[in-house]
Amino acid sequence: MKSAETLKITTPSERELVMTRVFDAPRTLVYDAHTKPELVRRWLLGPPGWSMPVCEIDLRVGGTYRYVWRRDQDGTEMGMGGVYREIRAPERIVSTERFDEAWYPGEAVGTLVLVEQGGKTTLTYTMLYQSREARDAVIKSNMESGVTASYDRLAELLAAPQGVR
Amino acid sequence: MYAIGSGRIAPDRLDATFAALADPTRRGILARLAAGEASVTELAQPFAMSQPAISKHLKVLERAGLISRGRDAQRRPRRLEAKRLGEATKWLERYRRFWEGRYHQLDALLDELKTKGNRSGDRR
Repeated sequence: MKSAETLKITTPSERELVMTRVFDAPRTLVYDAHTKPELVRRWLLGPPGWSMPVCEIDLRVGGTYRYVWRRDQDGTEMGMGGVYREIRAPERIVSTERFDEAWYPGEAVGTLVLVEQGGKTTLTYTMLYQSREARDAVIKSNMESGVTASYDRLAELLAAPQGVR
Repeated sequence: MYAIGSGRIAPDRLDATFAALADPTRRGILARLAAGEASVTELAQPFAMSQPAISKHLKVLERAGLISRGRDAQRRPRRLEAKRLGEATKWLERYRRFWEGRYHQLDALLDELKTKGNRSGDRR
């Protein structure tokens, strides 16, 4: 069993969220898994019980992508899509993102960066929201009671890349 | 990302919290305070920063409700307000779990692709 890599999430500025994760694979594969519909729909799924009936990707600058997820139990659908702004295979993709039932104002811009070293790939995904208000709306809409962040989790968040010891 | 729950914190307060957390020095201060309360002098030590500079950061953290001052009037130790920090990290934690689940699926897919690639030379 290889040990699971951890996903780190930080908020380096008022409008950004950044996710970092290492994958044990060359970046061409990680890139393919983000750009080929038949591969994307294998992992970009929702929680258990959800499928991804629509996954269309027109991979060129100005091209669009569209994802729809469906909860199989009751047919509830969720869609999102956007436009590719920058494509540099296999290392960088910049695209806009908007949910059909947007719960935040404006579009968000996502930047995917893949860096390969020693056969492993570090993925960095930066979501830039149009405004602080937009990011906070996302945050607020996801806020739920129930789970209390433990100090362990906190330590992990605080130990994020730029953390000072 | 899909879990649309109910907002429970006034957005401006949350805003102040995230703005406060956006700075690496302030995150470092919070990490130190997670281990127990500390005076300004003690907090300044690991950062190679002047006390006034640290005090400025402490003010931001205090305004965001992330830290408070202890009772000892002489030392005026700062301490972590875990509840406020918990509110902010709770959301990040949910978001993280959601993506962690997806990335586990991606791990499995990548393993499969690697095996396939090794077996059949160049399939892609």
